[in-house]
Amino acid sequence: MNKPLRRIAIFCGLLVLTLLIRDNWLQYVRADELKTDNNNRRVAIERYATPRGNIIVGGNPITGYKETSGDFKYKRTYKNGAMWAPVTGFVSQAYGANQLESIEDGILSGTDDQLFFRNTLDMITGTAKKGGNVVTTLNAAAQKAAYDGLKRQGGKGAVAAIDPATGKILALASYPSYDPSTIAGGTTSDEEAWKKLQKKNNADDPMLNRALREAYPPGSTFKVVTAAAALENGLYPDPDKPTKTPLPWTMPGTTTELKNEGDIPCKNATLRVALQWSCNTVFGKVGSDLGNEKMLEQAKKFGFTSEQFTPVRSTASVFSEDMAPSEVALSSIGQFNTAATPLQMAMVASAVANDGTLMKPYMVDELQTNDLDPLEKTKPEELSKPLSPANAQILQSMMETVVNDGTGKNAQISDITVGGKTGTAQHGVENSENPYAWFISYAKLSDDSSPVAVAVVIEDDNAVRDDISGGGLAAPIAKKVMEAVIGNKK
Amino acid sequence: MSSSTTNTSTHHTSTIGSIGTPSRRNTELALLVFAVLIPVFAYANVGLAINDQVPTGLLSYGLGLGLLAAVGHLVVRKFAPYADPLLLPLATLLNGLGLVAIWRLDQSELLQSIKQAGSAAPRQLLYTAMGVALFVVVLIFLKDHRVLQRYTYISMVGALILLLLPLVPGLGKNLYGAKIWISVAGFSIQPGEFAKIVLAVFFAGYLMVKRDALALASRRFMGLYLPRGRDLGPILVVWAISILILVFETDLGTSLLFFGMFVIMLYVATERTSWIVFGLLMSAVGAVGVASFEPHIQQRVDAWLDPMREYTLSRNGEFGHSEQAMQALWAFGSGGTLGTGWGQGHSELIRFAANSDFILATFGEELGLAGVMALLLLYALLVERGVRTALAARDPFGKLLAIGLSGAFALQVFVVAGGVMGLIPLTGMTMPFLASGGSSVIANWALVGILLRISDTARRPAPAPAPNPDAEMTQVVRPS
Repeated sequence: MNKPLRRIAIFCGLLVLTLLIRDNWLQYVRADELKTDNNNRRVAIERYATPRGNIIVGGNPITGYKETSGDFKYKRTYKNGAMWAPVTGFVSQAYGANQLESIEDGILSGTDDQLFFRNTLDMITGTAKKGGNVVTTLNAAAQKAAYDGLKRQGGKGAVAAIDPATGKILALASYPSYDPSTIAGGTTSDEEAWKKLQKKNNADDPMLNRALREAYPPGSTFKVVTAAAALENGLYPDPDKPTKTPLPWTMPGTTTELKNEGDIPCKNATLRVALQWSCNTVFGKVGSDLGNEKMLEQAKKFGFTSEQFTPVRSTASVFSEDMAPSEVALSSIGQFNTAATPLQMAMVASAVANDGTLMKPYMVDELQTNDLDPLEKTKPEELSKPLSPANAQILQSMMETVVNDGTGKNAQISDITVGGKTGTAQHGVENSENPYAWFISYAKLSDDSSPVAVAVVIEDDNAVRDDISGGGLAAPIAKKVMEAVIGNKK
Repeated sequence: MSSSTTNTSTHHTSTIGSIGTPSRRNTELALLVFAVLIPVFAYANVGLAINDQVPTGLLSYGLGLGLLAAVGHLVVRKFAPYADPLLLPLATLLNGLGLVAIWRLDQSELLQSIKQAGSAAPRQLLYTAMGVALFVVVLIFLKDHRVLQRYTYISMVGALILLLLPLVPGLGKNLYGAKIWISVAGFSIQPGEFAKIVLAVFFAGYLMVKRDALALASRRFMGLYLPRGRDLGPILVVWAISILILVFETDLGTSLLFFGMFVIMLYVATERTSWIVFGLLMSAVGAVGVASFEPHIQQRVDAWLDPMREYTLSRNGEFGHSEQAMQALWAFGSGGTLGTGWGQGHSELIRFAANSDFILATFGEELGLAGVMALLLLYALLVERGVRTALAARDPFGKLLAIGLSGAFALQVFVVAGGVMGLIPLTGMTMPFLASGGSSVIANWALVGILLRISDTARRPAPAPAPNPDAEMTQVVRPS
């Protein structure tokens, strides 16, 4: 009986060998894949196991952390969360993370490879592991001015402000907003808060980051782009010579006359006057004279049709291709398909203010370890040159005329040169809904350098239609934001 | 056996090999020290990892395990002095490590909140004590394993009753889709664990008597010795019983275990490979046949083929699905090569049955690939000692019983570990000695007791021949 016994012994050995091979397959070959599987709750447990690093504005953290019960040890807290939500995004034990919290998760949660050495050192010295910090470019005073302005206004709206010389984002506000603290945990109250914030349950859609993710018809503010195209393409090189614009002007290929808002001096108006009074006829005709291709080219140089990664992604702004001349005319005054995010319009103003050079907008200045040692610093980067310096200065003087003597008087700041452009964009079927009020502007210091360019958009369901105009609703907010930045500079 | 005078004439051949055979009891004692110290060390480790302090129960736990080991050792020393020295330390070590893992899962707030753990470790220690008590009883009262041979047919009846108990209305419990428990005085008992041993006794007794008929009366066909139709009877009966277990108790594991054990013993008894072929064919037919109409088995197979889909279904609240299989795979994967260390994993995420059927996943996560391989090798060693006992046994009954018990043990380890690691579909069985559960621990201690008894008989040196003053001095040749 010993021969079959030996064979059974071999059989038992094979059983164990099979198990050993399977175990190696599971715990060696597939280990990483299983370990980092997002459905594996350990990934989330790890993320919340250590205090998260902070997002910092002007040297002060706008975030914090709090201990929670359950298997997730810490949750995120936010200081003035609603104001900063478009900058931070959220990180939630139940719903993951988005925007900056998600993009810089590696640094903030301390799992990034750049923190490996630090983490190893902490492990050896027995220091508790903690995530690194993300230092933003934002300006707390400007952000507060922007958010408070929108809040006082009460309607939906957004503000984006940029430092033209570097592309640093100074303010990024959206209203109505939400406090990410309310959804940071994993309890039922967080769940309820989350449900209330969802678009399907909340017409205000408070979690929408309007400054980056909502493209509005830019209306007359787009005339700055059209004016730049007229200058750059040599259509009207001198802003003070009359353009060839009849009044009334019938759009090519149609029998429709393009109307101006009110009785304004637009017949054969110079570019400067046309911008000052926001003449639809002049800029509509400039657009159709230049044609779709040249207009699109100019818009692209300002950043239209591309997403921006700040690193939080912004929606691509729209200027269409293959349009009929009448459609190009409408597009050139910021109607038809044309749509722009507040960030995009701030980039337009910033390129003009920075003598024609567009800097890549960014909001993360530096990544740090938890001991504030720098890991990575963002360098300003040139994105394009939409205008020659000479033409940029011409356009500046035109925009300054708008603020000094035109539709943008509400943005005047004493002793400071301000250039801007108002906009009132119609939307809805047959323009039935309330228009959007826009204002874009920049401020210049005495040395001709510009510390801030800003774009404000307000969509006000409650306001009377006639009351809405960029100059009335949006310009005061832009003014406060510019003042806040300049106040900081002084 | 005890009287030397009656046996002198029959022992000339074996005397040479066994004179001076060391009892190896001191080896066993030394190994036992390690088998107790390692779990105590692990226990301290868990406490330090979870509560930053040496657990307050360390001393009583260490003393408890040490005492049980000491009792086991002393009884073996007295009643089975020549028994295999590795079996007791291996069982103690596995049992001790299991206790640590169960205690570690007791500390999980999640498992406490869903009543899956909390006080399982003290209960398991009690079961261990009961197991060791049964072990002691076996060694003291079972002077010779061949006594069991007398109870061949009683064993058959006993095994059938044990297997049918869970089907008795009012006594049986249908837990989580399998009817393998009975409830007596508030305790849940798995009669299948005890039936395993009783059946082995029956098979060994039966096959010892019938082996010649089964082995010799056969026809040769295509290189295989085919058994005669009437000799197919017993295997068909056992097969039918296994199928019935599968159908009525929906327990794939137990069914596979019993049938596998029978085929192994049949093969050893007859030395006919054809039985293996028959056995494999019959189990394949049976398993596929039942799986085609039994939804519980089908679902287990589906969960095995695509654990992630099963996880998603369960998460979406679909009835009758479980995320355990996927959670176990994540536990293994997250452990990686070296594991997280005791108390630092999250195997509580398996939730249900984390400390019983799925306890291996805790070892996988916290001790890593290295730990699980070591554990599997401990099991392999235990099985190897069992097979060695079968080889050393001098009587066919002992050989069959030893290989039956060892083979069943190996199959059980394979079926459970393979199920938890996703190698084969999950079955409702527990890792011997490691898993929380009274029936399993007690039955396996009895199993080790019987193996020790057989090995003691096998290794016991024959009594020295009566001194014969006329004989010349002979040189004693000792094989190495």
